Order: sequence, then C-alpha cells, then structure tokens
Amino acid sequence: MRYLDEFSDPDLAARLLDRIHAATTRPWAIMEVCGGQTHSIIRHGIDQLLPDDVEMIHGPGCPVCVTPLEIIDRALSIAARPDVVFCSFGDMLRVPGSDKDLFRIKSEGGDVRVVYSPLDALTLARENPDKQVVFFGIGFETTAPANAMTVHQAARLGIGNFSLLVSHVLVPPAIAAIMESPTCRVQGFLAAGHVCSVMGTAEYPPLAERYRVPIVVTGFEPLDILEGIRRTVLQLESGRHELDNAYTRAVPAEGNLPAKAMLSDVFEVTDRAWRGIGTIPRSGWRLSERYREFDAEQRFDVHGIHTAESAVCRSGEVLQGLITPHECAAFGRECTPRNPLGATMVSAEGACAAYYTYRRLELTEATGA
Amino acid sequence: MAEVDFGGVGKEVCLQYVPDAVVGEYVIVHVGFAIQRLDEVSALDTLRAFAGMGVLEEEFGDGFERAARAVRHPGTTTEGAAR
Ligand code: SF4
Repeated sequence: MRYLDEFSDPDLAARLLDRIHAATTRPWAIMEVCGGQTHSIIRHGIDQLLPDDVEMIHGPGCPVCVTPLEIIDRALSIAARPDVVFCSFGDMLRVPGSDKDLFRIKSEGGDVRVVYSPLDALTLARENPDKQVVFFGIGFETTAPANAMTVHQAARLGIGNFSLLVSHVLVPPAIAAIMESPTCRVQGFLAAGHVCSVMGTAEYPPLAERYRVPIVVTGFEPLDILEGIRRTVLQLESGRHELDNAYTRAVPAEGNLPAKAMLSDVFEVTDRAWRGIGTIPRSGWRLSERYREFDAEQRFDVHGIHTAESAVCRSGEVLQGLITPHECAAFGRECTPRNPLGATMVSAEGACAAYYTYRRLELTEATGA
Repeated sequence: MAEVDFGGVGKEVCLQYVPDAVVGEYVIVHVGFAIQRLDEVSALDTLRAFAGMGVLEEEFGDGFERAARAVRHPGTTTEGAAR
C-alpha cells in the first residue's frame, strides 16, 4: 500500500527524533487525542524514544471507550429483543454494560451480528423485512459520514425496518473540556488526522487561541506522529500556539465538503455523556428532526434502564490522561482483553489494550510477578 | 460503490464522498466509505522534507559516534561526564 511503509522508515524516524531531542529544552506534556495514535505510539515505542522531557498523555479518542454506559445498556436491551437483528462493529461486542455485554446477549440467543460497514446493516434490513434491523452508530467525525449516508439511504429507499442507535462524539468540544479541567496538564495537542480529513481544520484555530495551546493535525504512521510531536515542541519552545497541519496528504483545510453537507443534513449537535468523563456540552451528534424516525431510541422503549459502572475500573482517569493503564490495580490481573472490566481494555484503540498488548512483559518484570 | 484494493485484498467501498476520485488513485477508507483522497504530491513533499532534515551530525551523530566522542573527550557530553 502506498505511503504506509514510507512513513515508517527507520532512518527518517531517527532524523525526526534527533530534531525533537535538539529542540527540547524544557518539560512538555502533549496529548494525542486519537486512540489510533495511542496505539501507534505504544506499538512503536515512540514514547520511549522521545526525550525524557516530552511526555505523551493519552487522550479520550477511542470511540468504543467513551460510548456511555447508558447507551451500552440500551443496546443490550434492544439486542435482546426477539424481533431485532442488532448490528455492530466487532469491538463493541465485549464492551461491558452494567451486567452483560453484547457477546453474552448473542450467546443467550440474541441475533447480534458483526458488520464491516453500516451499509451491511442496511442490506440485512432489506433481506429481513419481518425484522427490525438496528445498527450501533458510534464513533467520532470519521465514522459519522458512513452512518449519515446509511440513514440517508434508508430514508431514500424507504427501508422502514432500519434504525440507528446513535452515540456520536466530537473532538473539538472534548479538547475544550480537557483544557477546562482543573487537573489539566496538557500543553499541546496532536489532533486526530482522519477526523480532520472529514471536518477540515477550521474548528481548531479558535481553540488554539482561547486555550493558548498548539494543535497539530497529525497522521498515524510513526513518521507522522514524530513530525506532529516535533512541530508541537517547536511551537511550545518558541511560545507559539497555532493550528498546524502535519498531515496535508490526507487533510485539506476544508475537509470533505460532500461529507460535511451530508452530516449537517442527517445530524444535529447535542450534549453527550462520555464514559468515564461525564457530560460534555454540545459534544455529540444525534439524528436531526428530519431523520428522527430512524432513531432506535425512539423506536424502542429504552428509558429507565438502571446502570451501574464497575467499582474497580479506572478507565475514566485513563481516558482523561490522569493515569496510565499500569497504574490501575486491575490491569493485567482481573482485567485483560479476554475478560475486560472497562472499554479501554476492549478496543484496539483503547489505552489499556494497547499497554496490555505491547507493554505487558515490562509490567511483569517491573513487579517481579 | 467501487472496488478498492487494500494491499491485495479487494473490498467494496462507497465513493459517494469522493466523487472526483479516479481509477488508480489512493483513497482513505473508513468502515466501507472513502472519506478523503490521498494527495500524492503532498505525501512526496513531506517525505522529501524529512529526508532533507538530515541527522544533526555536528551536535549529535548516532549513539556509537557519541560514545566514541565521549571516550576521546571525556566531560564534553553527558555520557562522558558519567565516566
Ligand atoms: S486496566 Fe481494566 S479495569 Fe483498569 S482502567 Fe483499564 S479497563 Fe479499567
């Protein structure tokens, strides 16, 4: 594939690292917003190659991880219905709800299907006219265009037995919430490249200005991440706080105009609860008035479900960058990807899962276990 | 819908959001939808910029060189000072 290998070239990585070391004179804390970037950083050990003075804080950009417990419980209740085919991306199946997960619902006889694209769910709806087909529409701005198009197609084709359980979240309000938190240590952001591929970069200069924080749009390959860090450090060292785009090959300033037009037709901004973090004002999307009939929460009675979060899981602190997964007592013991206590251990983009996959041995050595 | 080749594996992808994409062009695909075209000129520019940076030989060199220098001039680098 083009521009994947090239952007992990070790020789060029060494040059970038050298530049970062040369530029760094003071301690800086930089947050990578996106879970895909967290995964890449831990997988390639980038955080360990950086100067000691550059600390990477892992952000909340794992859509599976921040989907609120209430919504997971609603998904479980809908999926358990005999008249429903419940479709989801695979990584949602093991996300713990209050007392079950979708996998369990499936083993108890629920018709839960893993799909690759929301369009697959639409196909299932056409093939099963006597069933209600529900798609679990979670994700950031990157995933939203797919779900928007699917709902739009359902409306256009009159597929009345399709609905979307929506829990979309948005990056810019999350950046604002992080900066406003009294415990915030973040001094610079790597913004999520593919979110900006869709939305463009216009939302970020006001944030950089208001919070006096550099924001660098960054890709996912090792060189992309190193370059994002390098440019953030350069801004920090020289006291600047601007939006910079280090991922121009995939991010035009205006984003994707057809996708943005579809998004503003199908969705409207709403307050959204983030798992482990709490409600962030105007931080998500729900279906707009025009498409409200496709909202699974309207179609099925899902209100008044009692929710209870795990008492041991500290994923909220992990998601806010307040602790690293190692610091959770359950990490690698009670909590593993096979038996996750929190969503951050389930998703490949979750920080706990990334540490478990790539840093487990280190932990074992460190604790002498 | 169009067929997109992911390093040898073909998949159906919706191209509605990249209406100008042409056969042979690279696109960024997310959950079955192309969300952006890949700008090759920009990709090459970025790679060229990285290559042009060069390693900062004078100040740093690689680890071996630093170690060698430290031996020759003890005290001039942190490694040297530690001896
Ligand atoms: S290791 Fe498990 S229990 Fe601990 S914070 Fe992560 S997901 Fe939660």
